[in-house]
Amino acid sequence: MSSKESPTKTIVVALLLSLVCSVVVSTAAIKLKPMQEKNKALDKKRNILVAAGMIEAGSSASVEDLFSQVESKYVDLATGSFVEEPAGFDQRAFAKNSATNLKLTASQDLGGIGTRSQVAHVYMVKKDGQLDSIILPIHGKGLFSTLYGFIALDKDLQTVKGLKYYEHGETPGLGGEIENANWLAKWPGKKVLDPKGEPVITLVKNVADDNNEVDALSGATWTTNGVEGMIRFWLGDDGFGPFLDKVRAGEI
Amino acid sequence: MAFDKQEAKSVLLGPIFNNNPIALQVLGICSALAVTVKLETAFVMSLALTAVVAFSNLLISLIRHHIPSSIRIIVQMTIIASLVIMVDQILKAYAYEVSKQLAVFVGLIITNCIVMGRAEAYAMKNGPVMSFLDGIGNGLGYSILLIVVAFFRELFGSGKLWGQTIFQTVSDGGWYQTNGLLLLPASSFFIIGLLIWALRTWKTDQVEEKE
Repeated sequence: MSSKESPTKTIVVALLLSLVCSVVVSTAAIKLKPMQEKNKALDKKRNILVAAGMIEAGSSASVEDLFSQVESKYVDLATGSFVEEPAGFDQRAFAKNSATNLKLTASQDLGGIGTRSQVAHVYMVKKDGQLDSIILPIHGKGLFSTLYGFIALDKDLQTVKGLKYYEHGETPGLGGEIENANWLAKWPGKKVLDPKGEPVITLVKNVADDNNEVDALSGATWTTNGVEGMIRFWLGDDGFGPFLDKVRAGEI
Repeated sequence: MAFDKQEAKSVLLGPIFNNNPIALQVLGICSALAVTVKLETAFVMSLALTAVVAFSNLLISLIRHHIPSSIRIIVQMTIIASLVIMVDQILKAYAYEVSKQLAVFVGLIITNCIVMGRAEAYAMKNGPVMSFLDGIGNGLGYSILLIVVAFFRELFGSGKLWGQTIFQTVSDGGWYQTNGLLLLPASSFFIIGLLIWALRTWKTDQVEEKE
């Protein structure tokens, strides 16, 4: 018994155990990494396709095949021009890094995100050489969490083609209803921007204007406000506004 | 150590009703509140926890004679944490959708009192085979309670079972007005409370003596 309790034995056991455990854990992490990355990428592509209305939420159609119709580009948000993919691009990491982000003032920051990346990833679907839809990543604060999603705009750049949230931590059944397919189905056809490109969408209790108003979620005022704020922000001058202006002017 | 069938059976099946980790020992309540909104998440969580508690019991029991008592809790934690990371990685690789829903709760298996409780109370004193069975038994006890709670919460909270609509809800144009309370974690307290009441009415020896 005494040898079991000696300091040497204690240190040896601790060291051996840490060594074995770290080898096991890191092997698992490295071996499974490619599979996990693949899942993540596939999940993102699926969400983009769902937002663009190109695939049903539960469909088993090949995401890769459908996604080959989608062109992915990087946009400098300040100028609205395409840029090369920045090295190691990750929009969330870029938004945190002071070298690659833009601090938003309180009046600009409708989405409650504080900073945004200078460059964003956009997706375009072309049919017969003509622009068919643009899918833009959006995110903003809800009640408890940051909501991440995609909004797809039709070729007139005013009408919503689809909206889809893929990550959030809102209360299931209340704010979490932003995932509800029935609610998301209210979005296509709504005009989020006026012909000049100013955001005009509002989420209200009783929809009076079928063009610019969407039924708010009951019991989820803060989440709803967040959705409205982030759409206004990302489609406005401080978000994708300059880019959309260029597309509208036919420069892209 | 002779393998006693009778004991094996009681170790494996005892925790399901007679000595349920949640209902009698009242351990591991936190995750029972969090992941029981849907049957699917509850089921995967149950599998994950059963695997972790079984293997942590096995491994800890195997090296129990070499664990210095001064650092035994840390040794147990390290083994449990490694297993949990493995489970988390495997879920992310093979069941991505579910792992997204379980999110942080898989990681929180580390702090689940059942795992630590069984390691400390059983695996440190018993052989590897029995400890493994004890882990499975306690995992099953946890699972059955989780699944029952999830059954009620999903059915009455969102009118569905395993994602399939059972009651057409009002928001989908049907007749069933969902019970929003059941979607909130606190509702599990009520369900678990009722289950404990039912269990103790059935097995009166579980009733605690008045102080």
